[in-house]
Amino acid sequence: MSFPLLTATAALPAIGAIATAAVPAARRTAAKWLALLVSLATLALAVIVLVRFDPDGDRYQLTESHSWIKDFGVRYELGVDGIAVALIALTALLIPFVILAGWHDADPLETHSSRWRPTQGFFALILAVEAMVIISFEATDVFLFYIFFEAMLIPMYFLIGGFGDRAHAGSDEHAAAQRSYAAVKFLLYNLAGGLIMLAAVIGLYVVAGNFSLQEIAEARANGSLDMATNTERWLFLGFFFAFAVKAPLWPLHTWLPNAMGESTAPVAVLITAVVDKVGTFAMLRFCLQLFPEASKWATPAILVLALISIIYGALLAVGQRDIKRLVAYASISHFGFIIMGIFAMTSQGQSGATLYMVNHGISTAALMLVAGFLITRRGSRLIADYGGVQKVAPVLAGTFLIGSLATLSLPGLAPFVSEFLVLIGTFARYPVIGIIATFGIVLAALYTLVLYQRTMTGPVKPEVSAMPDLKVRELVVVAPLIALLIFLGVYPKPLTDIVNPAVKQTMSDVHKKDPKPEVEAAK
Amino acid sequence: MSTTAVHSLWTTAADPIQKIDAPNIEYGQLAPTLIVIGAAVIGILVEAFVPRRSRYYVQVFVSVVALAAAFAAVVALAASGYGTTKAGIAAMGAVAVDGPALFLQGVILLAGVLGVFTFAERRLDPVAHGNRVDSFAAQAASVPGSDSEKAAVKAGFTTTEVFPLLLFAIGGMLVFPAANDLLTLFIALEVFSLPLYLLCAVARRKRIMSQEAAVKYFLLGAFASAFTLFGIALLYGYAGSVSYATIAQVVDGTVETVNPALADTMGNDALLLIGAAMVVMGLLFKVGAVPFHMWTPDVYQGAPTPVTGFMAAATKVAAFGALLRLLYVVLPGLRWDWRPVMMGVAVVTMLGGAIVAITQTDIKRLLAYSSIAHAGFILAGVIAMTPDGVSSVLFYLGAYSFVTIGAFAVVTLVRDAGGEATHLSKWAGLGRRSPLVAAVFAVYLLAFAGIPLTSGFAGKFAVFKAAAEGGAGALVVVGVISSAIAAFFYIRVIVLMFFSEPRPEGPTVAVPSPLTMTAIAVGVAVTLVLGVAPQYFLDLAGQAGVFVR
Repeated sequence: MSFPLLTATAALPAIGAIATAAVPAARRTAAKWLALLVSLATLALAVIVLVRFDPDGDRYQLTESHSWIKDFGVRYELGVDGIAVALIALTALLIPFVILAGWHDADPLETHSSRWRPTQGFFALILAVEAMVIISFEATDVFLFYIFFEAMLIPMYFLIGGFGDRAHAGSDEHAAAQRSYAAVKFLLYNLAGGLIMLAAVIGLYVVAGNFSLQEIAEARANGSLDMATNTERWLFLGFFFAFAVKAPLWPLHTWLPNAMGESTAPVAVLITAVVDKVGTFAMLRFCLQLFPEASKWATPAILVLALISIIYGALLAVGQRDIKRLVAYASISHFGFIIMGIFAMTSQGQSGATLYMVNHGISTAALMLVAGFLITRRGSRLIADYGGVQKVAPVLAGTFLIGSLATLSLPGLAPFVSEFLVLIGTFARYPVIGIIATFGIVLAALYTLVLYQRTMTGPVKPEVSAMPDLKVRELVVVAPLIALLIFLGVYPKPLTDIVNPAVKQTMSDVHKKDPKPEVEAAK
Repeated sequence: MSTTAVHSLWTTAADPIQKIDAPNIEYGQLAPTLIVIGAAVIGILVEAFVPRRSRYYVQVFVSVVALAAAFAAVVALAASGYGTTKAGIAAMGAVAVDGPALFLQGVILLAGVLGVFTFAERRLDPVAHGNRVDSFAAQAASVPGSDSEKAAVKAGFTTTEVFPLLLFAIGGMLVFPAANDLLTLFIALEVFSLPLYLLCAVARRKRIMSQEAAVKYFLLGAFASAFTLFGIALLYGYAGSVSYATIAQVVDGTVETVNPALADTMGNDALLLIGAAMVVMGLLFKVGAVPFHMWTPDVYQGAPTPVTGFMAAATKVAAFGALLRLLYVVLPGLRWDWRPVMMGVAVVTMLGGAIVAITQTDIKRLLAYSSIAHAGFILAGVIAMTPDGVSSVLFYLGAYSFVTIGAFAVVTLVRDAGGEATHLSKWAGLGRRSPLVAAVFAVYLLAFAGIPLTSGFAGKFAVFKAAAEGGAGALVVVGVISSAIAAFFYIRVIVLMFFSEPRPEGPTVAVPSPLTMTAIAVGVAVTLVLGVAPQYFLDLAGQAGVFVR
C-alpha cells in the first residue's frame, strides 16, 4: 500500500488544529508559529500532490479506498482530478497568508479572563476549516463529501461569530450583536441548504444503493442505473440548492455580505476564497456527473440566476459604503461568472470557471487582505473615512490598486484569462446571455476604480495622515499573491494543463460537445 | 392433563382436581431484570437497617454493582446467541428474550449506571451545616419551608431512597420493551412509572415546582395508564387473549382455537381498532409524542435535573421498545390502518417540537421540546416497517440516551445562588468563563442538531434512510425541514454561550466529583465515537433487529 498522500494532506491541518488548540494560554506566540508551520507543511504536501498528479493519466488519481460505514454503503474514498488538484493547491496556498495576515487579529483583550484563549482558538479553527475543505475536494464518496461539507460550517461559524472585526463603527455591544447575527445567518442558510441536500443524499442512496461517485457515474453512463426523469430532477435540485447557498447564487446570497462584513479580513478571505469554492466545485463534480440530464434541463434557469448574480452583485457593489461589503458583493458577481461558466456546458466555459475559482481566490485574497490592513490602521470600514492614502502609504495603495485591477479583470492579470474564457464559452452557446454578462465587467471597473479613487486619491484626510505603510509581515503576505496574479495572467498554461483534461471528462459526462468549431481552450 | 377417577366404595368420583403446573421460569434469561429488582429490594432493606450515615455509600455501591452485573448478564445472553439464533420466549410467554429486548436492556442499564452517577453527585450544592448534599430533598415528607424541613436540613438528612426507587424504575423499564403480553406490558409500565413520579417530586431546590411537576406527571400518567388498560381490555375482548402472538394470529385470521365464551366478540374490528389505538396512545404518552406531549416540558423543568436526564433517556428507550414490539409483532397485519395515523403523529411531533422549542427561555424546557422533536424523528424510523427500521431506531435510541444524560449532567453544573441556573439568559458568556464546559455542552447541542461527525447525525441518517426505503419519503422531507428549524435554537444556545459577553452576576460552574465527570465524559466519548465510527454499533443494532414472536 502506498503512502496515503491525500489523507495526509487533509489530516495534517486537522492534527495541527488540535495541537494548536492545546497550546497553553501563556504561549500565544508559539500557537501562531505552530499554525503557520503546519499550514506551510500542508502547502508542501499539496505541492507534492500537484507534482505527482499526471494530467493525462486516469481521471481520479492518488485514490484511496477503505470501508467505513458498511450499513450506510459509505466508503472512505478519496481521489483527485485536475480541478480538485488546482483547488487543493489554492487552499493550501492561501491558508499561510490568511494566518500571517491575521497574526494579531485574535490577541486577547485586557478584559478577557485568563482562561479564555482566543488566539489558540482562532488559529486552530482556521486549520480545522482547511482540513475539512481539503477533504471535501478529495472525497469521491457522496456521503463522505456531505459530512465535511456540513461539518466545516461549525469552525467557520465560530470564526465569524467569535472573532469579529474590531474596527466596527458603533458600540461594542452593537458590534457583538451584528456579529452574532451574521454568524447565525451564515449557519442557518448553509445548514438549511445542507439539510435539503441530506434529503437528496438519502434519496440518491435509495435509488442507487451506494454513495460511490465513480460507481454511480459509471452506472449512469452505461445505462445500468436508470433514474426516472422526475426523480433525477428532484435529486439534482436538492444537491444544487445546497451548493447554490454555499457558492452563493442569487437569491440565496444574502448571508455573504453580513458574514464577510462582520468577520476579520482573513476570515472573510477564508469564506469567499476557500470555503465558497467548495460549492462551485461540487456543482462541477457532483451535479454534472450524477445528474447529467437534470443538469441540462436546469441550465437555462441557472444561467439566468447566474446572470442576475453578476449584474445584481456588481450593482450593489457600486452602491456600498463599507469596503468589506463591497468586496462581498463583488464576489457574488464573480460567483455568478463561475456558475455561468460551469453551466454554459462548453469546455472553454468550464475551464474558465475552474481557472476563475483559482484566480478569484488569489485576487480576492490580495484585495481583501490589503483592505484588512487598511481597515486595521484606520479603525473604520467606511469608504468615506479614507482619502489620499496613496500619499501617506504608497506601497499599501499600490498593492491595493493591483488587487482592485485584478478584481476588474485587467488583461495581464490572472482573472482576465478566466473571465474571458467564461464569456466566450458562454457566448458560443448562449450569445445573448454572454453579451449581457459582459456588462458585469463594466460595472466591475466602476466599483473597483471608484473604491480606489475615494480611498487612495484626493486630499489626505487628517485621520489618515499618520498612517504607516505596510510592514514586513504584511508585505510577505501581499507580494507573493501579486506575483502569482501577474504570473498566471501572463502564463496560465501550467494551470490550464492540469485543468483541461478534467473538464473534457466532465463535458463527456453530460454528453455535451462544444459548438463548432472546437476550440482548444487557452493553450 | 390426564384425569384418573378415584374409585372407592364409599365415594363417587368428584370432578378431577386440575393440577397446577409450576410455571416454568427461565431464571437465566431473566437474570438482568431479576438482579435489578433484587438489588432494589436490598436497597429498601438498607434504608431500614443500615445506619443513616453510611446509607449513601451502601446504596451507591449496591446500585452500581447491580446495574453492572445486570449489564454483564445482558452481554452474556447476547454473546450466547439469545439475541439472534436462540431468541425465544420466557416466563410462560410473558417476556421475550430477543435482539431488540437485549439491545434496549443494555442501553437502559448503561443509562442507569450514568444515572446513578449523577444521582450520587454531592459536590455541586454548597455544604449545608457541615454535610455534603445531593440534588434531592433532605426529607421528602416535610412540607417545603416548614420547621421540620429546616430541622431535616440541619440534621443533614438525605433522601437515599432515590437509589432503590431508581432501581425499581430500571427494573420496570427492562421488562417494558421485552413484554410479550399485554398484562406484562401494563405491569411493567406501572412499575417504572410510579417510582419516576416519586423521583420527580423530591428536588432539594425549588421544591414546590418539583412537587407540582410530579403531580402533573402523575395525573396525566394515570390517565394514560387508564387508556392503556382500557385498550388492553378491548384487545382481550377482540382476541380472547392478552398474548402478543395470539392477538397477532387473530389479526391475521390464522387463529387455531377459539374460546367459546369469547366467540361473540372475537374478531370484532371495532374492538381491535379502538383497543389498539388506546394502547398505542398510552405508549405515545410515555414517548412524549404530540399530541400526548403536554407533560414533558413541565416535568422536565420541575424534576431534579439528574432525574430529568435519566428519565428523558431511559423512558424513551423503554417506551419506544414497547411501541416497536407492539407495532411489529402484534399489529403488523393492521399496518395499513396505523401507518397513516402514525405518520401524521410523526409529522406533528417533529414540527411541533422544533417550532415550540424556539420560544423557550429555560434550558430544561428547551431540551424537553427538543426531546419531543427527537421522538418524532424516531417515529419516522418506526414507521418504516422494515428490519432496517428496527435497527435504525435501536441505534438512534442508544445514541440519543447518552447525549441526553450528558447534556442534563452539564445543566447541573451551571449554578448560582438559587441552585441551578436554568434560565437561558444566565448562560450568556459561559464559553468565556468556562470554555471546557461550554465546549462539551456545544458538542451535545450539535449532536442534538444532527451535525455530521456526531452520533446525532449517524442516528438521524439511519432513521431517515430506513424511512425513505420503507416508502415514507415525505417523512424524510418533513424531518429535514424540522431539523433545520431545530438547528436554530440549538445554535442560539451556542451563540449565547460563546458570543455574548458574560454577565457580572452570572452563574458559576461548579466543579463536580468524578461521578458526574464520568457521566459527562462517557457521553461525549460515545457521541463522538458513534459519529465517526458507527459501524460496529450499527452492526450490533442490525443483528438485534429481529423480533421473536
